[in-house]
Amino acid sequence: MHVAGIDVGSTQTKCVILDENGAVAGRGIRMTGADVLKAADQVVAQACVQAGIEPHEVAYTIGTGYGRYRVATGDDQVTEISCHAKGAVHLFPGTRTILDIGGQDTKGIRTNARGEVVDFCMNDKCAAGTGRFLAAAAEVMGLEVEEIGALSLEATESIKITNVCTVFVESEILNQLSRGRKRQDILAGVHRSIAGRSASLLRRVTVESELTFTGGVARNPGMVKAVEERLQVKVNAGEDSQYMGALGAALFALERELAGARRQEAAQ
Amino acid sequence: MSFVAGVDIGSRMTKAVLIGADLGAADDDKGIVGRCSVLTRFDLAAAAENALLGAVAAAGGQRHQVLYLAATGYGRYLAAERDIQITEITCHARGAIALMPEVRSLLDVGAQNARAIRLLPSGRVVSFRMNDKCASGAGRFVERVSKALEIELEQVGPLGLQANAPCEISSICAVLAESEVINHVTNGESIPNILQGTHESISDRLASLVRQVGLEEPFGLTGGVANNQALVHALEKRLEVPVRLHELSEYAGALGAALLGRQRLHNARAVQFA
Repeated sequence: MHVAGIDVGSTQTKCVILDENGAVAGRGIRMTGADVLKAADQVVAQACVQAGIEPHEVAYTIGTGYGRYRVATGDDQVTEISCHAKGAVHLFPGTRTILDIGGQDTKGIRTNARGEVVDFCMNDKCAAGTGRFLAAAAEVMGLEVEEIGALSLEATESIKITNVCTVFVESEILNQLSRGRKRQDILAGVHRSIAGRSASLLRRVTVESELTFTGGVARNPGMVKAVEERLQVKVNAGEDSQYMGALGAALFALERELAGARRQEAAQ
Repeated sequence: MSFVAGVDIGSRMTKAVLIGADLGAADDDKGIVGRCSVLTRFDLAAAAENALLGAVAAAGGQRHQVLYLAATGYGRYLAAERDIQITEITCHARGAIALMPEVRSLLDVGAQNARAIRLLPSGRVVSFRMNDKCASGAGRFVERVSKALEIELEQVGPLGLQANAPCEISSICAVLAESEVINHVTNGESIPNILQGTHESISDRLASLVRQVGLEEPFGLTGGVANNQALVHALEKRLEVPVRLHELSEYAGALGAALLGRQRLHNARAVQFA
C-alpha cells in the first residue's frame, strides 16, 4: 500500500510517496509554473516511477501548499503549516521550532513532540525575508540561486544591506558592485539580512531548541550558517528540507489510510 | 548671462534645470532657460554632470556660466560640483509652488519614494509624510509590473486608460505582484484591466499617504509618475478630487533646487557685501 503527499509551492511543486511502513518510496519535484494541475500530476508520476507503482495504485493523497485547493487529484487538503510540523518532527524528532522559508513566504512554527502545531506566524505580504529576496540578489549579480549560499561562505567581511524591500535591494547591490565590493561580501550581507528577518519572525513564536529549517531555502548552506549565527542554536537542515511539507502531507495520508483500514476491519 | 542650476538626482532619472542668476528673473516655469533629464543608472556623479551639461546646451550656454549648483534627490551628496544640497521635500514643495502656485497639498511620486506634502502659499512645508522603505507605493511598482507583462513603461498609461473592468491586485509587494499579474494573464485577463488594476492598487496606498498629511485642495501631483495619465485617473477616483498637473511636473524638484539655490546665492552675496 502506498500514499502520497503533494506540496504545491509558489515556486516548486513536490511529491513524496510513502509505503505502508512510512518509508519514503519515491519523490518528485518540478517548477510549479502557471499550470498547477500539470505540475501536480507530473511530480506524482515522477514519484510513482521511483516507487515502482502506477498513479492509480496510490491509496490516499493529501495536498498542501499555497496551490492545494487547485489540485483536483488529492483526497483531502491539510495546511502547509501542519504538514511542515509533521514532517520536521518525523525526520528530526527533537524539533520544537521550525523555520520554513519558501519562494514567497516565510513561516515560524512551534510544535510539540507529536508534531502538532502549538503556535505559528508568517510573512506572506512582502518578499523581504523570503526565497524571492535571495533569487533577486542572485539575478542582479548574474548568479544562479543554487550557488550564492556557498559563495557567501567565502566572504571576508559582511556588507550591511540597508534596504528591506527586494526591489530596492537590487539597486543597492548594483551600487555596491560598482564600488568594487566583492560579491562574496555582499552575499554574506544579503544572507545576514534574511537571517535577521527570520529571527524576528521566530521570536514571535519563541525559539525552542531544536530548530529545523525547512523549505527550498534550507538547502542553502550560507542561509543555514547565517540563521545559526543569528539565533545561536544548532539548525537541522539538509537536502530533504524542501520535501518537508510533502512528507508531512504523506504522513497525514498514511494516518488516514491506516485509520480507514482499521475502521473497515472493525466493521467487518 | 550667468545661471543657477538645480539638479535632482533620483533613483531612476536625473533632472537638471537652469534659471537665470538674477533675482529679477521669472520664478515660475517661464524662468527655466534650459532643462534635461537622463537615466541615472549607477554612476550618480556622472548622471548629475550629464544632466547639467544637457541643460546648459539646451540653454545655449557654457558650463562656466553656471555660478551656483544646488543638488537634491537621493543622490544629492554625489554631485561633485554642488555648492549646496537641499532635501527633496523642500525642493519639491518650492518647485511645485512655482509650477502650480494654487496647490495647498501635493504628492510627489518618484521611482523609489512617494512624498505627501502640505504647504503654505510661499511654498513653505507645513507637514509631510514619506514612503521610502518599500516599492509598494512608488513608481517602481508600476515599472515591475510593466516589465513582468513585457510592456514599455511609456505604454502603461495609454493602455491603462483602455481598461473596462480593472482587476484586483491583492499583493502589496511589488515582487509578489509580478507573479500575481502573470497569473492574471494566464487566467485570460486583458492587459489594460491588469494595468489599471495595478494603478488602482498603488493609488490606494498613495491616497492614504496623502490623507496622513491632510488632503487640502487644490491638490497637485509631481514626479515622473505624473506623466502616467491612467494612474492620475485612478488617483482622482480614490481621492475624489481633481488632480492638478503641470507639463514639467517631473522637473519640480530640480526647479525648486534652482530657485532655492538662487536665493542662497543672493543671501550669501548680501552678507559678503554688507
